[in-house]
Amino acid sequence: MKLRIRQKVGLVLTAAGAIAALAWPVWSHGNADLSNVVQGELTAGEATAFATGRNAFSMPLPTLDDAERARFAVGNSFFRRNWVEAPASTTARDGLGPHFIARSCGGCHVQDGRGAPPEVRKGQHEQPVALLMRLSIPGTGAHGGVVPDPVYGDQLNNAAIQGVQPEGQVQIRTQTLRGRFADGTPYTLQKPMYRLGQLAYGPLAPGVMISPRIAPQIAGVGLLEAISDQDILANAAAQAEAPGPIKGQVNHVWDDFAQTLRIGRLGWKANQASVASQTAGAFLGDIGITSPQHPDEACMPSQHDCHVAPKGSQGKAPEIDARTLSDVIFYQATLAPAARRNVADAAVQRGQALFAQTQCNSCHRPSYTTGAAPYATLSSPKVQGLKIWPYTDLLLHDMGPGLADGRADYAANGQQWKTPPLWGVGLIHDVNGHRRLLHDGRANGVLEAILWHGGEAQPAQEQVRRLSAQDRQALVAFVESL
Amino acid sequence: MFQRPILHIALSSAIALSTLSALPAQAQTADTSAVVQQYATLVYANYHDVLSSAQTLQKAINTFTAAPSAQGLEDAKNAWLAAREVYGQTEAFRFYSGPIDSDTGPEGRLNAWPLDESYIDSVSGKPKSGIVNNPKVKITKGNLAKLNERGGEENIAAGWHAIEFLLWGQDQSDTGPGQRAFEDYVDGKTANADRRRAFLNTATQLLIDDLGTLVKAWQPDAKNYRAQFEKGGIASVRKMIVGMGSLSRGELAGERMEVAMNTQDKEDEHSCFSDNTHRDVVNNAQGIANVWLGQYKRLNGSVVQGASLKDLVAAKNATVAERVSRQMAQSVANAQAIQAPFDREIVGTQDAPGRLRVQKTIDSLVQQSKDLTEAAATLGITKLAQTK
Repeated sequence: MKLRIRQKVGLVLTAAGAIAALAWPVWSHGNADLSNVVQGELTAGEATAFATGRNAFSMPLPTLDDAERARFAVGNSFFRRNWVEAPASTTARDGLGPHFIARSCGGCHVQDGRGAPPEVRKGQHEQPVALLMRLSIPGTGAHGGVVPDPVYGDQLNNAAIQGVQPEGQVQIRTQTLRGRFADGTPYTLQKPMYRLGQLAYGPLAPGVMISPRIAPQIAGVGLLEAISDQDILANAAAQAEAPGPIKGQVNHVWDDFAQTLRIGRLGWKANQASVASQTAGAFLGDIGITSPQHPDEACMPSQHDCHVAPKGSQGKAPEIDARTLSDVIFYQATLAPAARRNVADAAVQRGQALFAQTQCNSCHRPSYTTGAAPYATLSSPKVQGLKIWPYTDLLLHDMGPGLADGRADYAANGQQWKTPPLWGVGLIHDVNGHRRLLHDGRANGVLEAILWHGGEAQPAQEQVRRLSAQDRQALVAFVESL
Repeated sequence: MFQRPILHIALSSAIALSTLSALPAQAQTADTSAVVQQYATLVYANYHDVLSSAQTLQKAINTFTAAPSAQGLEDAKNAWLAAREVYGQTEAFRFYSGPIDSDTGPEGRLNAWPLDESYIDSVSGKPKSGIVNNPKVKITKGNLAKLNERGGEENIAAGWHAIEFLLWGQDQSDTGPGQRAFEDYVDGKTANADRRRAFLNTATQLLIDDLGTLVKAWQPDAKNYRAQFEKGGIASVRKMIVGMGSLSRGELAGERMEVAMNTQDKEDEHSCFSDNTHRDVVNNAQGIANVWLGQYKRLNGSVVQGASLKDLVAAKNATVAERVSRQMAQSVANAQAIQAPFDREIVGTQDAPGRLRVQKTIDSLVQQSKDLTEAAATLGITKLAQTK
């Protein structure tokens, strides 16, 4: 950082005019000519947040007006603050559980950021907080979705309010995998394996499938949901036509707000179509908060203690009302992606070229121009018409047996994962103090994440393994500049 | 509270310098450096005063826990209130990843809020809840620091508001603060009184330790953050403005008042146990004005005064500087008009007198954040992500 600044100053002294002239198009809003080819600092045009450090994922779109800013503040409060057990003195925030994983959205998405799995040391670990276990049994359920486990539902809740049993505990073992880059440099990867234990309501169904999912950072989701369906379909069509193994697939999933199937774009398997539907689902599934979309607690038929536990809002209304829920959705939808860093760094620029050369960008598509938000009252008109740089095609890809969870989710099969966006990846450490990536946080850093790529991404991964150490570093430097 | 503030003004130092590169660089160097140095002097003086007022608090708390009495509790509460007057002004030094809220900064241990009372101690209906009532947890500074913010941002085990809760207890009164009895600290009267005393003493010691690191980071003539900051030129000025603007808009107007106005819930006031929120607002607003004016009134009555950001801006555009000064004075005056307790002030219909007073303060702070952005622009700091 310091070095970079000195370099800049030095350049300024010798050629101030030239730098200013070069710099202008990159910083100037609306001058897209140069930035169409190579991304500059902006990640979302005039809606880019210039932020690093702990708050990097917590910025509002700078284009919000005063009323929207106030709504953002209110939504933020309900995103972050704990829900408490009913009955409680605070009626605005009671109704936690009966089963839950976290007490607030921010419990897993700390600082609107990304969770990490617990460290496993000598076979011992704490219970995960931001890593949840989805459950289902073979078959096709409502709207083409999963069939939940008959006793535990579609996710394991490892916490509960007083008087109710937590459903069970997650047990993680890890296996060390060893490999070498083409230049002989050795590396290791940690492969996690999951078991569920201390089950409170008897055994899981035979053939139950478990899918671990880490809580990703939030900033930018309101722009991802504003990418047009046509753009996503065009990604799939282009990949179908192109030679090579990359054949992305669109997921179609039930949306609680549209009450119909829509193209999935959020979640590790593109199993959510909108921030709204994701949020209402997570309130119920993860915190145990009922809403107009999900009026009943997620107690399974045989969970007697869950059924008789006290409910929030004196049991008379959903525990979060429509307006407050809409504020929490609005808050997330208007969190701004942060500006890139180190754009002029030589290694970063080299890495950017390598990113294209090794065909990372076949799936991690750099940019789009946003359309309208799916629900006008649950987002801001400011999300529309922005040149955004998320680096994803929002499609499902077979990532090989190494990453497979073996659990289908709507159209996604047990080896498919959605291409996760890469914007913000380099700021996770600033915000959350770790560098854990992939659907269960198994990768420690960008390079490990690349090494886990298999299936359709196998050739790209092998290309990266053949890079020199210097080029590998450059590629990582580029991804971390995002 | 948290490092969480919806900054409305913020940006990377890379852009700061790059933007500057297009300006005639020498024009402002001399003044800039004096302003930055004066800021460092002011910050140091303010943190120094916080530390000594916290040491006074610690004496009162140690006296109280050694022999709990109603008077002892009252003295400790008064010492807490006095220390908060000083600390509140320092919050303008946050939001730019300085010593208080860098990756390793103590902000989350010092002033985290809101907190889940039941994470610390028993609450109404849950007599066994909290760290105090869990003998498995040894109460040490290390453990309290470790348990702070563990498993959720409201799981707070340390800092001003943890101490506040231990002194006042839950606020279940509409007209006044929490009414914890001193007997909570008397063996044989209340379960785990010994652990409660230990918690209070330990949390206070941790507070003192953390304040000590801030004083060290800002003390003059040392190899510390201040030494770097003083060499930072316009990038340091930017940090000053980011701190002021973020506290004005995102934190004070947004988190601490707009949210409370919206929910009308007493849980949403900053110092909810002591009902001291009205003073938090005034002290925050005053702290912002202090930075702008380069001036701070110390505990001993003396005034630290010197080259100011206001002068720096006035040299470029006197009208803008005047407008910022006026708006900041207005914010402080509006904040002073808010009546205690804050949790009653926010209740009622849109035109309830209390709500109007709070809204006026919000509006003034929002305006002040916009004016500050304009002031920054006069110094060539133009790429602030700002509300339009």
